[in-house]
Amino acid sequence: MSTIHALKQLRATEPEQSPKLYANRVKVYPARVRGLFRRIKWFLLAATLGVYYLLPWLRWDRGPGAPSQAVLVDMPNRRAYFFWIEIWPQEVYFLTGLLILGAIGLFLVTSLFGRVWCGYACPQTVWTDLFMWVERAIEGDRNARIKLDQAPWTGRKTLLKIAKHAAWLAIAAATGGAWVMYFNDAPTVVREVFTGEASLTVYFFVGLFTAFTYALAGWAREQVCTYMCPWPRFQAAMLDENSLIVTYRDWRGEPRGKHKAGTSWEGHGDCVDCGQCVAVCPTGIDIRDGQQLECIGCGLCVDACDTVMGRVGRPRGLIAFDTLQHLDACAAAAAPLPAGPARLDAAAAQPVRLKVFRPRTLIYAGVLGLVCIVMLVAFLMRTTIELSVLRDRAPLFVALSDGSIRNSYTLKVLNKLHATPVYALSVQGIAGAALSAADAERGAAGALHLPVRPDAVTTWRVHVTAPRASLGAASMPVTFVLRGQDGQEVARYSSVFLSPRP
Amino acid sequence: MPTKVEKDSVTGTMTTGHEWDGIKELNTPLPKWWVIITWITVAWSAVYCVLYPSWPSLSSYTGGTLGYSQREEVARALQAAQAQHAPMVQRVTAASIEDVRRNPELLGYAMAAGRIAFANNCAGCHGAGGQGARGGFPSLADDDWLWGGKLADIQQTISVGVRTGADEARTSQMPRFGADGVLEPQQINDVAEYVLSLSNRAGDAAAAQRGQTVYADNCVSCHGERGEGNREFGGPRLSDNIWLWGGDKASVVASIANARAGVMPAWTGRLDEATIKMLAVFVHALGGGEQ
Repeated sequence: MSTIHALKQLRATEPEQSPKLYANRVKVYPARVRGLFRRIKWFLLAATLGVYYLLPWLRWDRGPGAPSQAVLVDMPNRRAYFFWIEIWPQEVYFLTGLLILGAIGLFLVTSLFGRVWCGYACPQTVWTDLFMWVERAIEGDRNARIKLDQAPWTGRKTLLKIAKHAAWLAIAAATGGAWVMYFNDAPTVVREVFTGEASLTVYFFVGLFTAFTYALAGWAREQVCTYMCPWPRFQAAMLDENSLIVTYRDWRGEPRGKHKAGTSWEGHGDCVDCGQCVAVCPTGIDIRDGQQLECIGCGLCVDACDTVMGRVGRPRGLIAFDTLQHLDACAAAAAPLPAGPARLDAAAAQPVRLKVFRPRTLIYAGVLGLVCIVMLVAFLMRTTIELSVLRDRAPLFVALSDGSIRNSYTLKVLNKLHATPVYALSVQGIAGAALSAADAERGAAGALHLPVRPDAVTTWRVHVTAPRASLGAASMPVTFVLRGQDGQEVARYSSVFLSPRP
Repeated sequence: MPTKVEKDSVTGTMTTGHEWDGIKELNTPLPKWWVIITWITVAWSAVYCVLYPSWPSLSSYTGGTLGYSQREEVARALQAAQAQHAPMVQRVTAASIEDVRRNPELLGYAMAAGRIAFANNCAGCHGAGGQGARGGFPSLADDDWLWGGKLADIQQTISVGVRTGADEARTSQMPRFGADGVLEPQQINDVAEYVLSLSNRAGDAAAAQRGQTVYADNCVSCHGERGEGNREFGGPRLSDNIWLWGGDKASVVASIANARAGVMPAWTGRLDEATIKMLAVFVHALGGGEQ
């Protein structure tokens, strides 16, 4: 009674004071901006999207019987093609290696230059950027869009919204369409998709990627980075005071406030509080509040602020890519001086040095190099011919009418090349042991001639017959040796030969 | 019994009007979406009952207007699978067994299909790997054949079976030398010793010597001069190390006294021609096949 009563009282007295656990999204209307970082972003957007959409169309001649697409994951045939490299399913560790390289590369770049991946190359950023560009082209810039959203529904508003979403869906469909091209022959799958002949799997994945592109780049946007993505949560572990990050130089900007053109800047910070840095931010934050989880480090506020600084006649760089170490040094140098241009001169004396070689970056670079070497060695030592032998278990052995003992083995020869070599199989370990197989010719010296199929695993069932006199023990080791036509050994495999106890 | 429905001051929710010892129950109905989905599923179940088989009766069930049946679905799937295999099966039927053996494509198909047919029909007696079993189930993996180890011989044996009563069936008849009183126990012992000596197993040399005469009088016609056997009559070879019914002296004596006669069904009629052909190819490749 007492607990319930206490709880009741608690809730009765302060129902409106309990914190709200859900924050409604405040829609972001990023304004158009021009400048260096915007240009870099446009360039990277064109480059990454260009690679994504066009790479499947690149042809690569591999001869007859093999796909002629440069980059292709051929699921039904269990092969992955990357230009001259062809990977079998059991070599998927190369993909793992690439992912490790990507992760450590990301750590290294982040420790040096901050969240450039988030700001410039992440697919979420790239596609959101593209969708925002479409939005701006159809509905107008920030103020026009805010006004449009607040306005009542008219024919024009409906038309603009339909046009925008249609354009978004078209881009999303192209994204989903390009995805399936990496798993199917691009020209074929495009024709099949449009003629309705493609498989249900293809339509499913086109639909899936269309829906996700549309939802994530059109609707979710910065919420993906803020709430869904794990990377911003732990990327802080890669950053330190020597990493480049987007910063507002408060020692120079404060006290902020409106400035009348032509008047003195003495006692006045450089920030004129125009709000442009907030207006252009794709995640809708105010960089002047300091480091924030939501900042993706794209530098668009740098461009916006530089434009304004140029207009009011102050040096650029009030918001800039800077290290915390340099920021603190400048702030310390400027602190004793009154607000105004003098602070800028004091800070200018602070040396700007990007400390590239730090234990953190050296470790990342070292691991990166190590993984590169391991992968390179693994690739160079990759075998193109493999032999495996599995001994029959039923029966363990067969006694023949002359008293000799026969064991049977299932032999698999894996040939990664597109050639059709004939290998000679011989067996070592038991004197007088003879090889035979139902579907292989026996050549000189008792070796079996095995014609190996190209780019495939060929299976034989071979019999080894040994005279009773050679069998000293119930289990004897034998070795199968595969030789090329030049007599060079290409593969060997150890097994055992079983016989009844003497 | 409901007394007074009122608004709860803490939560702002209506009560159900029930009260027990001062505790009132809040009326929190199921969410609307949940109720709607429930009613949709109820409605769908009614539609389902009309469209698909659903209600059992004493001897049958309601079939549904769509006429759907899982048995028919299986039959269709089987038919589709057969149709898919038909071209290869036709090719195997049309080709001679030697051609199946020589053509890599047909051989690959025959080995795969033969393996399955063997597991379904033969492995029960002959073992999963054709190793045979004690008590008259011959090993098919060794090089000793009662009726011949060539492809055509094996195909014929599978087709007509052993001692099935069919005209062409593989049939041989070993007399019951002991049970029918053809030979005296002493003679049986002697001839058993002689038979053992054919595969170089030392025993009673004098008895073997005596047995040779008995052998010459009674056994030679089927088992051959030196026990080499005769595949024409299905006379087993006695001079090797492979004994279908056991090679120790007691077993040999028992075989002579009471005779042995294993059987195998004829597979013509049970299996189609192509399957028998593929089985023969598979058995031939188990290891003992003769050229």
